Amino acid sequence: MDNTTTYREAVREAIRKAMTENESVFLMGEDVGHYGGCYAVSMGLLDEFGAQRIIDTPLSESSFTGAGIGAALNGMRPIVEIMTVNFSLLALDQIMNNAATLLHMSGGQLNVPLVIRMATGGGKQLAAQHSHSLEGWFAHIPGLKVLTPATVQDAYDMVGLALADPDPVLIFENALLYNSKGSIDTQGTPVPIGKALIHKAGKDISIFTYGISLFKALEAAEALAKDGIDVEVIDLRSLRPLDDETVMNSVKKTHKVIIVDEGWKSGSISAEIMARINEQAFYELDAPMARVCTVEVPLPYAKHLEDAALPQPQKIVDTARTMMGK
Amino acid sequence: MELDLMKAKEFYHKMLLIRRFEERCVELYSNQKIRGFLHLYIGEEAIAVALMDALTKEDAVLATYREHGYALARGVSCESIMAEMFGKVEGCSRGRGGSMHLFDASARFYGGSAIVAGALPLAVGMALADKMQKRNRVTVCVFGDGAVAEGEFHESLNLAALWKLPVLFVCENNLYAMGTALKYTESETEIYKKAASYKISSKQIDGMSVIEVAKAAKRAVEDIKDGNGPVFLECLTYRFRAHSMFDAELYREKAEVIEWKKKDPLLVFENRLKEIGLWSEVDATAIEDAIKTAIDKAVEFAENGTLEALEDLEKFVYSEVSHG
Ligand SMILES: Cc1ncc(C[n+]2csc(CCOP(=O)(O)OP(=O)(O)O)c2C)c(N)n1
Ligand SMILES: [Mg+2]
Repeated sequence: MDNTTTYREAVREAIRKAMTENESVFLMGEDVGHYGGCYAVSMGLLDEFGAQRIIDTPLSESSFTGAGIGAALNGMRPIVEIMTVNFSLLALDQIMNNAATLLHMSGGQLNVPLVIRMATGGGKQLAAQHSHSLEGWFAHIPGLKVLTPATVQDAYDMVGLALADPDPVLIFENALLYNSKGSIDTQGTPVPIGKALIHKAGKDISIFTYGISLFKALEAAEALAKDGIDVEVIDLRSLRPLDDETVMNSVKKTHKVIIVDEGWKSGSISAEIMARINEQAFYELDAPMARVCTVEVPLPYAKHLEDAALPQPQKIVDTARTMMGK
Repeated sequence: MELDLMKAKEFYHKMLLIRRFEERCVELYSNQKIRGFLHLYIGEEAIAVALMDALTKEDAVLATYREHGYALARGVSCESIMAEMFGKVEGCSRGRGGSMHLFDASARFYGGSAIVAGALPLAVGMALADKMQKRNRVTVCVFGDGAVAEGEFHESLNLAALWKLPVLFVCENNLYAMGTALKYTESETEIYKKAASYKISSKQIDGMSVIEVAKAAKRAVEDIKDGNGPVFLECLTYRFRAHSMFDAELYREKAEVIEWKKKDPLLVFENRLKEIGLWSEVDATAIEDAIKTAIDKAVEFAENGTLEALEDLEKFVYSEVSHG
């Protein structure tokens, strides 16, 4: 296998494939056309598919997201790209009050087959209006599905999975992953939405994580292996629905839990995972569960402060050692 | 507006300072001293310099992420801006904000906002407070052509007009929002007409001419302070550089950039001063030298600045109040 496909190319390939196979799929968002995409994901697609299907929108997040919902209601399969999660806040009303609720409010008559993709995450010194990881927030909302591809394969697969879903699916692409490389299998059967993946099996501690933190956890796992601590690293892949079964099976095996998440702790997805373990596998635990999350500050610009605020492999290592009493 | 030698020198000095300051920023970015996003104002300097000239110290300013020029023209020190971009405590936002979030409360400079159109409602509220307190002040809010598409733009214009608030809205129409040309995003590309539809006194002006912007800004501020409600200025301008530091500029023709560079605000102003016989007295060399010294000093100041202690990471999430 060659490992030369970037995460960016994987997303682009998946969009291209979907648009080729299905006339009703189209992409719209800010700078997706002439600019080639804020993160160059859609580079070249305007030439290939034309301005009718690769649509540059004005800076009108609420309206073009709402328009995506409308088009989805009326037979299309839109992919709405919101530049970053920070700007999705301007579209929150449409996502929450329309996309997530229409099926229920209409008594099951109106489903919204909409895909919304956006970049997320910190670590680029972009300060407090451009760096946050709010995917956990969206996972609070019944009616939405929340996907967080970490690997190049998932970057590819999740576009197709989301488009095949009858309901609104949000895909969060960590901006630091766009250049990461891997290989993609375009013929295989994708791991479905709602299924977590064991990236590294281990017996001492379960680390539950997703997105870019997966790689930090894997790096920590390597360091811990040298100390004789054998951690299991699980990529949640989907924050809603959460794969309780895989989580609990891992807890039953290791009896110790660390959750790594770039979100803050308070009222978060990491808190939700802990609560579920508490509800479903409390007696399996040998130690209090621990979390490595972002310090509760808006992310600062200065590098040393930002680094200190975000989860880092070393913090995971330290947390694991403390948990093992080493 | 009277253009005497002193004013001519001041305008030229400030525009050149912004230009040279940002050119140095580019070098420092390549040397990785400055990080994150860096949006250059080069080509648009006339607007910030002229607008800030029309204000008093009591007036307030809200700008975008492309705000170095405003901070400098407003009198925020070169040193504290540079230190901010180096992420140092001595920076105007203590290194927490960086290039996109310059703040200086003492200069009534309210940032540095990186959510497009996000500052317009704040400007409305600041003006509302002035009106309620019967203070005769103006709040200036600057934004790009891209902001015009956001709902907050329309909601804010309506509120300001409805409540007759002392706001000066300034749209820097540089024809592009990142890589998307205005013609692809607006059904009406004459932006000032949108403001007019809210019954706001509005005007389109040449943003490359510091004299023209200064005249319009002075009139606008006078009108607002006379209690006539908000004013809207659409300044036609052009950014000479990429949107930010990474941008292949595939969306515009080289020829277009070259055409606009002929309207370089520094060049336009120099030619005007030559016409009226003031240029020879401006002493551009002395100004250039003074600017170089100031920027060198700022870089040294930033280099020698200190990094915030890690223990203080969680500061400024809430105000420090004593409950005693
Ligand atoms: C609400 C929101 N959407 C998208 C962005 C990303 N973005 C940053 S600057 C920019 C272009 C803005 O263009 P314009 O308002 O014309 O200002 P200019 O950069 O030309 O000065 C975009 C799309 C953002 N910062 N905020
Ligand atoms: Mg613009």
